[in-house]
Formats: sequence, structure tokens, C-alpha cells
Amino acid sequence: MAQHQVNYASAGGLPVALTTVDKLLNWGRANSLWPMTYGLACCAIEMMATGASRFDFDRMGVIFRASPRQSDVLILAGTLSKKHAEFARRLYDQMPDPKWVISMGSCANTGGMFNTYATVQGVDRIVPVDIYLPGCAPRPETLQYAVMMLQKKINRQSGNMNNNPKQRFV
Amino acid sequence: MRKYTPKNNVQGKAKYTDRFWVAPRVPHESVEADGHFAAVHRHVGQKVEILDAYVELGQLVIHIRPEDNIAALEVLKNTCDYAMCSELSAIDYLAQDGEFEVFYQLLNLKKAKRVRILTRIKENQAIESIVPLYAMANFAEREMYDMFGIQVNNHPYLKRIIMPDDWVGHPLRKTYPLQGDEHAAWYEVDKIFGKEYRDIIGPENRDPGHIDRYDSQRFSRVGYEVPFGVDVTEGEAEQPIEYSKQILVDYTRGSEVLDTRK
Repeated sequence: MAQHQVNYASAGGLPVALTTVDKLLNWGRANSLWPMTYGLACCAIEMMATGASRFDFDRMGVIFRASPRQSDVLILAGTLSKKHAEFARRLYDQMPDPKWVISMGSCANTGGMFNTYATVQGVDRIVPVDIYLPGCAPRPETLQYAVMMLQKKINRQSGNMNNNPKQRFV
Repeated sequence: MRKYTPKNNVQGKAKYTDRFWVAPRVPHESVEADGHFAAVHRHVGQKVEILDAYVELGQLVIHIRPEDNIAALEVLKNTCDYAMCSELSAIDYLAQDGEFEVFYQLLNLKKAKRVRILTRIKENQAIESIVPLYAMANFAEREMYDMFGIQVNNHPYLKRIIMPDDWVGHPLRKTYPLQGDEHAAWYEVDKIFGKEYRDIIGPENRDPGHIDRYDSQRFSRVGYEVPFGVDVTEGEAEQPIEYSKQILVDYTRGSEVLDTRK
């Protein structure tokens, strides 16, 4: 090959990066996960601590947004009562695609200790859940670990969200 | 000889009850022992008929008829300086007496004295609202209506306060099941998706510790990993797990694992 020709297959020190569209999209999605500022119970206190300076969620690109229209992660942090289930689902419906759900804590996962008439027995009855985060309440590091697991999951997915075999019952 | 009660379902009960436990009784003292309470008793007695009155734990308790509640509380508020109604609700005695007990807990802020007015009403009997006397009764009477289904006459805004408006049943009645009736079990599904989605979503799992060994989607099989969602029954009919014989290792026969189902 002549010296003046550029070998595009190998960058050879040139500022060229070759990738697939999937990887590029997933890189962008996974590194700017914006959860909604939405707390249900005491897990929300841990979620707030995670967002504050000591644990510093911002360094992972996680910035809490005050509107479902601007968020792509719904962290269901705490006990979901049956009265409120309707509104949690409405907030989920208002979020633009692609969107993910983290079920944070025992109460959101299974109803936890609230084996009663008024508590939703697991938020997966109303929204499709991507990450189940155990704990009562999970520490901030655990929530950050859950987000890292969600990033891993997003990086595995196809960039075209229509191809994802995500459980969507509505 | 003591009557035998079956004990095999003790763990299944919502709460274990000790059959030897006897509810402690607080001694009742005479109303005349305290000068202030004696005066209160006299003032109330001039207006309404007092069914029973005593001092219990330093608080005056007066039993009245339900139709007299406004008259009695008016005397207590205007004549006896009980300016604050700190609590108001009901207790379900339907099973033993066929009645609700409605109580009004009053506080005299000047003398630091408390009076409790008790009255009994039947299941479908209404009671007069005390909101004209005590504004705090607005929310408390709504809660009483919500939790017990007691109608309150002349309440400014009698509406459920804790449960949703379309809820069926009154949860603090002793007859209401702890884990909810059928309406409660499907409430969020019916509300969000509609009744036709009950089959898709399925019933609530009321046992969070439940392990389904045939479900390879939601349960890992540590040591016996299989691909996600694969059918692991191998034509075997579903059967309950018998732990003692199949899972445990019989160390008298070496370390052979006896569970052959995997």
C-alpha cells in the first residue's frame, strides 16, 4: 500500500474509531440514565442520599429529573400502595421510550413485610421491571450497583428498541 | 379438662394467640375522687343522661347515648373548658355485642385533664357530626366512615379519606380479611388494565419466600444451571417438594446426594 493511502480498516494512530450503531446508541443511553425524582417510602431516603454529595450519583451520569417526560429510568423506591398504583403506572406511561424500571427494596419487589390488603404485592404487577434490587432499605452503594447492572443490560441490548424482547403486557 | 384446640395451623395464622393470655383490666376509680372530674360529671349529667362514669388511668370516662353526643360535647367545650378534641374514632365490637363503640377523646388545655366520651351504636345506625363544635372532627369522622362504614349525619364532606373512593369494604372491621377480599386483591389490575387482564397478570403471590423449582425464568438453580426459560420438568408431573427425604444428604451412607430429581 502506498504511503499516502489511509488504511481505514485499522486506525493506525489516526483519530478514527470504528463501531456499530448499536454500540454507539447503547453507550449514550447507558451513560446518561436519568431517573425520575419519585420516592414512595423510606427507600427514597436512600435514593436521595445516593444522589447527594457523599455517594454522588452524578459521576455515573445519573441525574434526577423532576419530570417523567425527561426521564428514562423509573426507580420505584418503596412501598407501593394500591391507591397509588394507578399513578405510578401513569408516570411510567408518560416516560418516553426507551425506558427502564428499577424496583428498589423488598416492598417494591414483593410487597415485603406489608402482606396486607392495601399494598401492591410486587411492582411487576403494574410495570415491567428490569432490575430487582433487594434490601430493606438498600444502601446507596447497592442502588449504584443496580444502575451499573442496568448499564450492563442496556449494553447487551439491540440499539433498535423495537427488537428487544422486553416484557410489555400493555 | 381443657378444651382441645388444634395447633397444626399455628404458623398459618396471621398472629399467634396465647390461649392463657388474659386482657389486663385497669381499675376503675370513683368520679368523686377528683374534684374537677366530679364537677364535669355534674355539668354533663344536668344536660344528658349518663349511663356509666368512672375514672380510668387518671382520665374521666363517660358513657352516653349516641343521640346525646352533641349536647354532651357542647357542655364539655363551653362550660368545662375542654377546648380540644384530640382523637375520635370507633372500635368494632360487632362480633361480641353487635355494636360499634364510638369514642371522643377531649383535652382541657388549662387544667391538663382528659375526658373520654363513649357511646355505642348499632351497625347501620348513623351518628351526628361534631364538626360544628370541633373542626378537627372533619378528617377523623371521614376516617371513621372510611374504616368502619359508620355514617355521620350533617358532615360537611363525608368521603373516604385513606382508601380510594371506589374501594369496596371497610378495612378496620374485624370481618375484613387481612390480605383483602377479592376486590382488594385485583384492585390495581382492574383499575389500570381492566378486568380482562386478570388472567394475564395472574393472582398475587402472597408468599414471597415461595420457590418454584420448575420455573427456570425467575429462579436460579445453583449447581444445576439450565438455560433461561427452558422446560425442566422432563415430562414429570408437578409435585410438592419433600425436603426431608429428597434434599438432605444421608451421611450414614457416605456423601451421596439423594436428590435424584435434578
